[in-house]
Amino acid sequence: MARAVTRRRKLAFTLVGWTIGLTLFFPILWAILTSFKSEGEAIASPPSFLFFHWTLENYAEVQARSDYLLYALNSVVISLGSTGLGLLVAIPAAWSMAFAPSKRTKDILMWMLSTKMLPPVGVLVPIYLLFRDFGLLDTRGGLVAVLMLMNLPIIVWMLYTYFKEIPGEILEAARMDGATLAKEIVHVLAPMAVPGIASTVLLNIILAWNEAFWTLNLTASDAAPLSAFIASYSSPEGLFWAKLSAASTLAIAPILVMGWFSQKQLVRGLTFGAVK
Amino acid sequence: MGAITLDKVTKAFGTMAVIPGVDLEIADGEFVVFVGPSGCGKSTLLRLIAGLEDVTSGAIRIDGSDATRVAPARRRLAMVFQSYALYPHMSVYNNIAFPLKMAGQDKATIRRKVEGAARILNLTDYLERRPGQLSGGQRQRVAIGRAIVREPAAFLFDEPLSNLDAALRVNMRLEISELHQSLKTTMIYVTHDQVEAMTMADKIVVLNAGRIEQVGSPLELYNRPANVFVAGFIGSPKMNLLEGAAAERHGAATIGIRPEHLEVSTGAGGEWSGVVGVVEHLGSDTFLHVQVEGLGPVTARVGGELDIRHGSRVWLTPPPERLHRFGADGQAIRQAA
Repeated sequence: MARAVTRRRKLAFTLVGWTIGLTLFFPILWAILTSFKSEGEAIASPPSFLFFHWTLENYAEVQARSDYLLYALNSVVISLGSTGLGLLVAIPAAWSMAFAPSKRTKDILMWMLSTKMLPPVGVLVPIYLLFRDFGLLDTRGGLVAVLMLMNLPIIVWMLYTYFKEIPGEILEAARMDGATLAKEIVHVLAPMAVPGIASTVLLNIILAWNEAFWTLNLTASDAAPLSAFIASYSSPEGLFWAKLSAASTLAIAPILVMGWFSQKQLVRGLTFGAVK
Repeated sequence: MGAITLDKVTKAFGTMAVIPGVDLEIADGEFVVFVGPSGCGKSTLLRLIAGLEDVTSGAIRIDGSDATRVAPARRRLAMVFQSYALYPHMSVYNNIAFPLKMAGQDKATIRRKVEGAARILNLTDYLERRPGQLSGGQRQRVAIGRAIVREPAAFLFDEPLSNLDAALRVNMRLEISELHQSLKTTMIYVTHDQVEAMTMADKIVVLNAGRIEQVGSPLELYNRPANVFVAGFIGSPKMNLLEGAAAERHGAATIGIRPEHLEVSTGAGGEWSGVVGVVEHLGSDTFLHVQVEGLGPVTARVGGELDIRHGSRVWLTPPPERLHRFGADGQAIRQAA
């Protein structure tokens, strides 16, 4: 009896889970399908779901009109660059907060988090002016810097949480064994925190890849990443749904694949420390 | 060489003085045990010597030179932690080799020293394993190996056996004592277990609330405890400490008599009379928990063969020469010679 209930429950939960999952995924699926339609079919009402004339012409035209690879390369440089630079700053910061906390450490952490609660547009004008005056507009370096700063609170918070899980005695042992601070971080702390650092890296690459506010406002062509690539299909000559969908598919494909392959690592990282 | 001197060392966390002031001399090659109840400051004192905590005031000298502000790694001390503190991502070999690598020694020297330490500690077959694949005792040996290879001036042990089961603890206790005899290096050992202290130490430092209550050899502490605290802490089962009229008869505020020194008889009479409550048979010994009229519970140790049961009436007599007398301030009253 009890078993039947459990099974029915499981079935119900599975159904609910799949429904939510598919609902969330539906817009992406729709964009992918639309990218294979002709422009006419893309706006047809009622829309056809799978039974339409499949075509690759949108992809060909998107590639012909703008250089996808240049945008993709910019995305890669900006997301990897900002994440790498962020780690360089955040690992020592998280180390000192986790292992040598002061009375103000908690306040600093909260203050850092609070900066993520402000709308970025609030600082758009000053940052734009700074970029203009320092000649950083439409440069990869400028975007790497600004995205690193935007995501730094998250990187520090995540690393801080992981580092807190590492027993302090192990670091003290390293200190007794003659490790300098740098060697202690490189030889002992970092290898032990690899799972945590890996998921921090993954999450930040995703955040930087998907970032669309700063990339759209601070770039034009040279340093424009894929988010700008999508946006460039949304306006001037009216909406071309099929081409916009093809551009979107191309833009999200790499990160979607990466997310798919690293989902185990991501979930593990995000729930790290929840259970001992 | 490894002579260590603590000169008026104090430690405060904020406004709380954990170590109100300690003076201590540790001679080269000595096995010194810091013992005391939890929170008595013994681990803090060890960490001050190690350099893992900064002293608030006072000085620490190692072999005569001031080490008070010297970084932990440069004090030539090796520490074995309660949690072993092995590097989980490194093999046993690399764990033991780590301090040598940090010291920049060449590969051949490292290999020779690590293999030498592994031989002494029976770890040769485990060098390629990770700490996670070892038992508690083996992990503790790796931690000791990591300490040995540095050839330190002194070893610091912070409750190294408290995570091991009872049987293993006895073995490791013996191994550490043997290691001390063969290396003849200064060892400072922190424990809350007075049996470990008694069995291993050349010199025991009894700590209570950050203060040294007494320093002496195990038998000195056993035979001549300086105060009520040491009397109650050293010895197992605990010394019987009695107050009130029984103590006043002997001219003291508190008298103490060890369970093994009480003379027990079942019929002939004696100074105190009581009814046996719990009887603990250990085979070699029997512990009697006696409810003495007018005194309260008293523990006595008798031979293993004696047939005394729950509910029996017994007479207990403390031999005057075995009686410890303490004044109202808790300090021992020494007989005028």
